[in-house]
Amino acid sequence: MQIKHQIFRNRYQDSVSLMQISARISALADIAQASVVMGTPTNQAQLVEAGLACSESAGPNDLIIAVRGSAAACDEALALAATALDSKPASGGESSVVEAAPNNLARAQALHAEANLALISVPGDYAAAEAIKALRLGMHVMLFSDNISLALEKRIKTFAQQQKRLVMGPDCGTAIINGMPLGFANVVKRGAIGVVGASGTGVQEVTCRIDQLGSGISQALGTGGHDLHDDIGGLSMQAGLEALAEDPATQVIVLVSKPPAREVADRILAQAQKAGKPVVVHFLGADPASVARPGITVAHTLAHTAEVAVALERAQAAPAVASALSAQDAQLLNAAAASLAAQRSDIRGVFAGGTFCFEAQLLCQRAGFVAASNTPVKGNSMIADRWQSHGHTLVDMGDDEYTRGRPHPMIDPTLRNQRILAELTDPATAVVLFDVVLGYGAAADPVAELLEVCSKARQQAAAAALPVLVAHVCGTAADPQDRARQITRLRQAGVLVADCNAQAAQWASHVALQQAARRTAGVAGAAQ
Amino acid sequence: MNIRTSLFEQPLDVINLGLASFADNLVLAGGAATQLDWQPPALGDVAAGLDLAWLINHPRVEAANQIAFERYLAAQPALIDVQFARDTLPAMAQRKLILHAGPPIAWADMCGPMQGAIVGAAIFEGWADSVEAATALVEAGQIDVEPCHHHNVVGPMAGIVSPSMPLWVIQNTTNGSFAYCNFNEGLGKVLRFGANGPEVLERLHWMTQELAPTLQAALKVLGPLELKPIMAQALHMGDEVHNRNAAATGLLLKRLVPALLRCGQPADHVQRAIEFIYSNDHFFLNLSMAACKAMTDAASGVPCSSMVTVMARNGVNFGIQVSGTGKRWYQAPANPINGLYFPGYSAADATADLGDSAITETAGVGGFAMASSPAIVKFVGGTPADATQNSRRMQSITLGSNPAFTLPALDFAPTAAGVDIRKVVDSGTLPIINTGIAHKLAGVGQIGAGITTAPMPGFIEAIRALAEQVRLADGGAA
Repeated sequence: MQIKHQIFRNRYQDSVSLMQISARISALADIAQASVVMGTPTNQAQLVEAGLACSESAGPNDLIIAVRGSAAACDEALALAATALDSKPASGGESSVVEAAPNNLARAQALHAEANLALISVPGDYAAAEAIKALRLGMHVMLFSDNISLALEKRIKTFAQQQKRLVMGPDCGTAIINGMPLGFANVVKRGAIGVVGASGTGVQEVTCRIDQLGSGISQALGTGGHDLHDDIGGLSMQAGLEALAEDPATQVIVLVSKPPAREVADRILAQAQKAGKPVVVHFLGADPASVARPGITVAHTLAHTAEVAVALERAQAAPAVASALSAQDAQLLNAAAASLAAQRSDIRGVFAGGTFCFEAQLLCQRAGFVAASNTPVKGNSMIADRWQSHGHTLVDMGDDEYTRGRPHPMIDPTLRNQRILAELTDPATAVVLFDVVLGYGAAADPVAELLEVCSKARQQAAAAALPVLVAHVCGTAADPQDRARQITRLRQAGVLVADCNAQAAQWASHVALQQAARRTAGVAGAAQ
Repeated sequence: MNIRTSLFEQPLDVINLGLASFADNLVLAGGAATQLDWQPPALGDVAAGLDLAWLINHPRVEAANQIAFERYLAAQPALIDVQFARDTLPAMAQRKLILHAGPPIAWADMCGPMQGAIVGAAIFEGWADSVEAATALVEAGQIDVEPCHHHNVVGPMAGIVSPSMPLWVIQNTTNGSFAYCNFNEGLGKVLRFGANGPEVLERLHWMTQELAPTLQAALKVLGPLELKPIMAQALHMGDEVHNRNAAATGLLLKRLVPALLRCGQPADHVQRAIEFIYSNDHFFLNLSMAACKAMTDAASGVPCSSMVTVMARNGVNFGIQVSGTGKRWYQAPANPINGLYFPGYSAADATADLGDSAITETAGVGGFAMASSPAIVKFVGGTPADATQNSRRMQSITLGSNPAFTLPALDFAPTAAGVDIRKVVDSGTLPIINTGIAHKLAGVGQIGAGITTAPMPGFIEAIRALAEQVRLADGGAA
């Protein structure tokens, strides 16, 4: 261990610069202690205390480098310190001074005053606070996040009402404002039909169908899944309805929801009657008579809702809901089902869209098929084991219990495709019913993996006939995934692709009815 | 037209928090979207986050802040006199009282330098003749210890003020109120670092008996000395008037010398006074602090205001006060200091952040004006660009800026001023404090310097308290 010094005469440097150099050389290996100081009496006394006493005399204007350590390390340290003293610090320049990206709403708005909507998908625990901030700052809000208490939702929506701002959500998956997709949304033509919906895929189905029918959307507003709950009272739906009623670009208004609480429904329908423009209402599963009012047209399925809205926009009579199969469709289905073994009896629905599962259950039930589901409609039963189907079973794979810790099946269809494979290989399955959802936010090529699943099932089944596959593709021609291309590939793989979810459910029911008839005939034949 | 409907007639301009793909999709679709670099605010405390949310852009808070900030800007601190603590602080006339830096703290919990300094002050006052006797008096509760801030006083480091000590008397000529600070003793063995040996006491006696009357006489000749112009000028000369006061001390001396020469005090007293100030580059710090206290105190006590009016450390905890809730303290353990150490010392020797001098940052100088003093940022190995960046960053957590203090490196932009607790908690950006580092043992003195930050938990507690106040003002609704 040695102590070495180097003195630079009349070489004043700022003490802070010197402390930096001290720190650098102190960090060298085999250096026990190092200091670079001006030779003031105080500093020299500190050197003595630190065990770095300098025998050479030095004055206040002399710069002292003092090091203690191995001989080699001391030399290295002295050389490094001398170099550091001579070198000029790297110039920062103006370019290195940049404002970091804002990390809070208030700051973002201060930097960007034109911002008028906050799209919030942070975890539910924090999302409510962010929504309140956005409202305080005068912005409208779409809350994609879920897991916000009803009490908090009520406070947020009451505040939005006072502030005259839109709040879509919590649990609002989709919206189209001024033609811009928010969350999961399809590329839909702009037009004169305004939609307010409490169900995400319901709104997607209606808007896509309107687009397919050649019309367009002025605005599609989501309310979130809890808005029509008694505790919330439909505040977002009322606000949306009011905004569309006043919007000169909206000629027809569509309301889509699961059936609201009675009081809430009455209030909304009363407001709808005063909208001053045609209003089409579809409360999935509600008795049409309970909804019907003067000035309100009741629709019977999501697709029918679109058809009615388009007709009203064109000042045409509202079309009736298609209840019977066309001869052509029946022929197609019968051909597909012809080779099915008689014991194949069940409808197995595997859905990514919650509203599609709900609507399919309603329609299958109407055709006589009571089913099990993880989200059962009235009259259906709760599934016993959510990983295993028995009898007619329709599952919503987008429900919380399937998505915990993994992406929604609309984003990543892996788990959903596995379930489809399981249903295909079950000897009781007559028909597998599913949906494919396109648009912004959805998987880039949702069909690709599904086709592999189908071909794998065919290999496993060998010569035996697979169940009938029935699907519908919710999307538009302008969607990034290209609806026509998705449909073509599904058909090539032997999937029967319906125009809409309601039609797909109808087709599935038809296949199951055919199978039931076949078994009855078989029993009758055996009895003879 | 309904505001909601009017959204349909504006270009949609989205701020996206959360899934970045939603913003990407909007841009792909030809829309406008800004992605937030979002983090849970308030250290993830959901309830505090909700309290914060209701305070954002709250009309009552905005109105209160405007009043508080205008009062801060309008303050004109002037040095008007030198007075002894016992003559100017009513509480000192009635009992044995010693003031200390930072939020309240019990004797047993104090850091070494603060205990050492209190003992030194007790001996200096003649209340005890030994360290042991002085300690016994404090432990027996015969000497009260209270924060400087409770008496409109500020003090650097241990911040000790006892009745016989002289104080700078600063008056805010706008509202007439007063702020005080003790005298700077210089570097080395000094009371503010807990040294209490004979040379320390001897210097204190000299300051009391000779320096104070001399400066008092000089100020009578000079008349009120406006402090903001001196601070502003010093900011243009490389000071940030917290950790670097070389220019400001020179400017002060320039004003004092002619008055000292004409004040009629004995020539050797005047000579020693000039030499004392001349040899201490930090001499102006205590005036800077009192001026800052006068400015931020003017903003204190505006109900519902979220402006920080005090930041102070007692060597254990960092305390803040917020205008709306007046003198109430919100405390948290002090954050570590990122700094450089004198030879022979390391972070292991350091006491936690100490002193009332963070009042300078509270008033928009010190760390907030770092761009004017690149040398300070070098304490943590930074560059002048970092200094500039720091000053800019502070703009994002303040109510506004102070045109009285401009920064050449920012093209003479005014300094960020008036820390807003809402912005701190919402952004996670903490106020920067330039600070000296004291040895944890009494009397060793300064062992380094560096940069630290005000700790977040105190701001979060303040948010909760302010939210409660605003709720009550709103009529008590949930």
